[in-house]
Amino acid sequence: MSRKKRRLYFVLAGMTVLALAAALVLTSFQDSLVFFRSPTDLVDQPMPAGRNFRLGGLVEEGSLVKQGVQVSFRVTDLNETVPVTFEGLLPDLFREGQGVVTEGAFNEDGMFIASNVLAKHDENYMPPEVAEAIKKSGQWKPETDN
Amino acid sequence: MIAEIGQFVVILALITAIFQGTVPMLGAGQGSQPMMGFASNAALVQFVALTIAFICLTVGYVTSDFSILNVASNSHSLKPMLYKVSGVWGNHEGSLLLWAWILALFGLAVALFGRNLPDTLKARVLAVQGLIGVGFLMFILFTSNPFERLDPVPLDGNGLNPLLQDPGLAFHPPFLYLGYVGLSVTFSFAIAALIEGRVDPAWARWVRPWTLAAWGFLTIGIALGSWWAYYELGWGGWWFWDPVENASFMPWLAATALLHSAIVVEKRDALKNWTILLAIIAFSLSLLGTFLVRSGVLNSVHAFATDPARGVFILIFLIVVIGGSLLLYGIRAPMMKGGGLFAPISREGALVLNNLLLSTATATILLGTLYPIFLDAFTGAKVSVGPPFFEATFLPLAIPLIIVMAFGPFMPWKRADLAGILARLKFALFLALLFVGIIMWWHFETPVMALVGMGLFGWLLFGSFFEWADRIKLFRGPLSKSWKRMIQLPRSAHGMTVAHIGVALVILGITASEAWQSEHLGVMTPGETVTVGGYEFRFDGVETLAGPNYEADRGTFLASRNGSSGVFLYPEQRRYTDPPMETTEAAIRPMLSADLYVVVGEGDGQGGYAVRIYHKPFVSWIWIGSLVMFMGGLLSLSDRRLRLGAPRGARNQTPRTPEMSEAKG
Repeated sequence: MSRKKRRLYFVLAGMTVLALAAALVLTSFQDSLVFFRSPTDLVDQPMPAGRNFRLGGLVEEGSLVKQGVQVSFRVTDLNETVPVTFEGLLPDLFREGQGVVTEGAFNEDGMFIASNVLAKHDENYMPPEVAEAIKKSGQWKPETDN
Repeated sequence: MIAEIGQFVVILALITAIFQGTVPMLGAGQGSQPMMGFASNAALVQFVALTIAFICLTVGYVTSDFSILNVASNSHSLKPMLYKVSGVWGNHEGSLLLWAWILALFGLAVALFGRNLPDTLKARVLAVQGLIGVGFLMFILFTSNPFERLDPVPLDGNGLNPLLQDPGLAFHPPFLYLGYVGLSVTFSFAIAALIEGRVDPAWARWVRPWTLAAWGFLTIGIALGSWWAYYELGWGGWWFWDPVENASFMPWLAATALLHSAIVVEKRDALKNWTILLAIIAFSLSLLGTFLVRSGVLNSVHAFATDPARGVFILIFLIVVIGGSLLLYGIRAPMMKGGGLFAPISREGALVLNNLLLSTATATILLGTLYPIFLDAFTGAKVSVGPPFFEATFLPLAIPLIIVMAFGPFMPWKRADLAGILARLKFALFLALLFVGIIMWWHFETPVMALVGMGLFGWLLFGSFFEWADRIKLFRGPLSKSWKRMIQLPRSAHGMTVAHIGVALVILGITASEAWQSEHLGVMTPGETVTVGGYEFRFDGVETLAGPNYEADRGTFLASRNGSSGVFLYPEQRRYTDPPMETTEAAIRPMLSADLYVVVGEGDGQGGYAVRIYHKPFVSWIWIGSLVMFMGGLLSLSDRRLRLGAPRGARNQTPRTPEMSEAKG
């Protein structure tokens, strides 16, 4: 087999694999992009029920209710709040008044059903998305800047 | 005093690195022996200097010298000794010092073991190592100095994040760095080859051990990281397609591809340009991984640094290294001549397909990992790319890869007969299908992906075994003859079989634990029992205990099956004081057939506790398989032909015994 023909084969094989990969990326990308929304964002850009996204903000003081493994709380950016329910064990650093990011979707009644409450790894850590959301809502106070 | 010594030797190392990066390079151009010989001495000086620096910082940690800022921010006098030591690299500054030290270690290893490298190649390789060292040492000195003093001296330190106080994690970064930095040697060889304008089978033979070592260390590093996530984070998961995990997975995929393409260069003198490019890509991904993780661009436990000056330095460094090496590649690569011809259906063809699939998979993971960063930078939109994307793109590329993995080793070089190989593999195919059939008979509603996974496991396991058996003519003659053949088979051939079987075992672990996991989530009161995955779990209550630097609520569970006496499991909720933090310690009973995994949460105030129990079939095989892969790498590394001190001029002599030419390495 000549060098040229061999090269042609490999270019064809390469193109096939790349085309396959591109097709896979394009078909799965739209569905698996998870957007981040703060409660205020949801007023301007509402999310349809069933669409998965990340909701972030502070856990509102006094909003946490636990019934066994059923947990509910409200996420706030100090302007708007969104009620959230979650079934499972909360991460170690989940606290009222602290930053949280939850992933899930609205149900038909406008309740956010979290499938995952993202763990923070550090007491002083504020997820940057949350910090920015609170800054955007105009409620940022320097002492929360950590 | 100790910090000043450390500071001084890092500066000394930087000056040495600058000379190591320039003098031998010029010497190689002029053919000056003394200038080229300088490289080895410089490598030794650099290594000694950085060893002293590392010892200084370690002494600072061990003696809890809080006048050093880095120690004060990351250590605490009450911390157990193991974590005082591992705390040295459990932070940004210290981890970079570890990086630089390992880089110097590998530089010294090239200087020592590379005695029979051609002088110019050795000088250039060490010079490139020196230049990489310059970049890292400058980064340490100008933006991330671990020896900075603190005044006034605090009474005690801030402590180390308790999540990082863990034996698995104490050794995860060093192994990962050994892998990342090991790829720097391959990179240096590639750059040196581009400068020399020559790549030949001897070059590949020198490069392969380094790639193998780096690949093995990366395998262990990644496995340790996922094992840590599995038992420490208490979510029961072991891989999250988190950007930080992807950052270590991409160099591993590239190193795997490189490992295989270097074989083609060595045996057939082909795929040279591609191999050089892969070496550049693999190390670029290592750098990208190190910096993505350390720069604070990604949010995670690993992101220590959020200083903008560091970000700018990192960006410039990445552009110089990646851009510069790709530019050099663009200029010099067209000069290299391709080697032996081969048909698409051949050993070479199979390895090309392996490389195509591995590099495409790397590219899709890179896209998914970087896309949110770019989108944020250009539009300000916050998105994350979740596991569904990576599963949807990676799995369809991994499946053909694994199918080819069983075929490839059967194929001879140049031209293969597909029908003949299929005939030799039909028994493996039959066993794999039988395996799938048994599973369907046992449990009809098994998801399709689980059947595919188990089929691939059987195919790869039996395919690899039969290839090995075929080579030693097992059961096709007297056993003593097979034994003799087995002894004579090159270690790299055994290594390949072992590593491929390791992959099969990982597939078994992933598939079985995903498909047949059972879980219980609920409130349990003392005395209550639940049944999960055939085991009965009895909850005996929670008591409070004191640990060395924490207080724990410890639950007691008795797990038993079919009335056996059972085992006790003690999950904990720990409250650390410095820094104040709570952690969940899952109780895990690892067994070959399944892991029992229990997490206890908070009490409900009425005597009940939130409890999560998992039964995860075969999950430990993920890590056993990784270990087997690593053993395969070691076995291959011990091959006589690849041993670092292979005879000079091996490329001229071509000492091929019949066994050797049969070797399919």
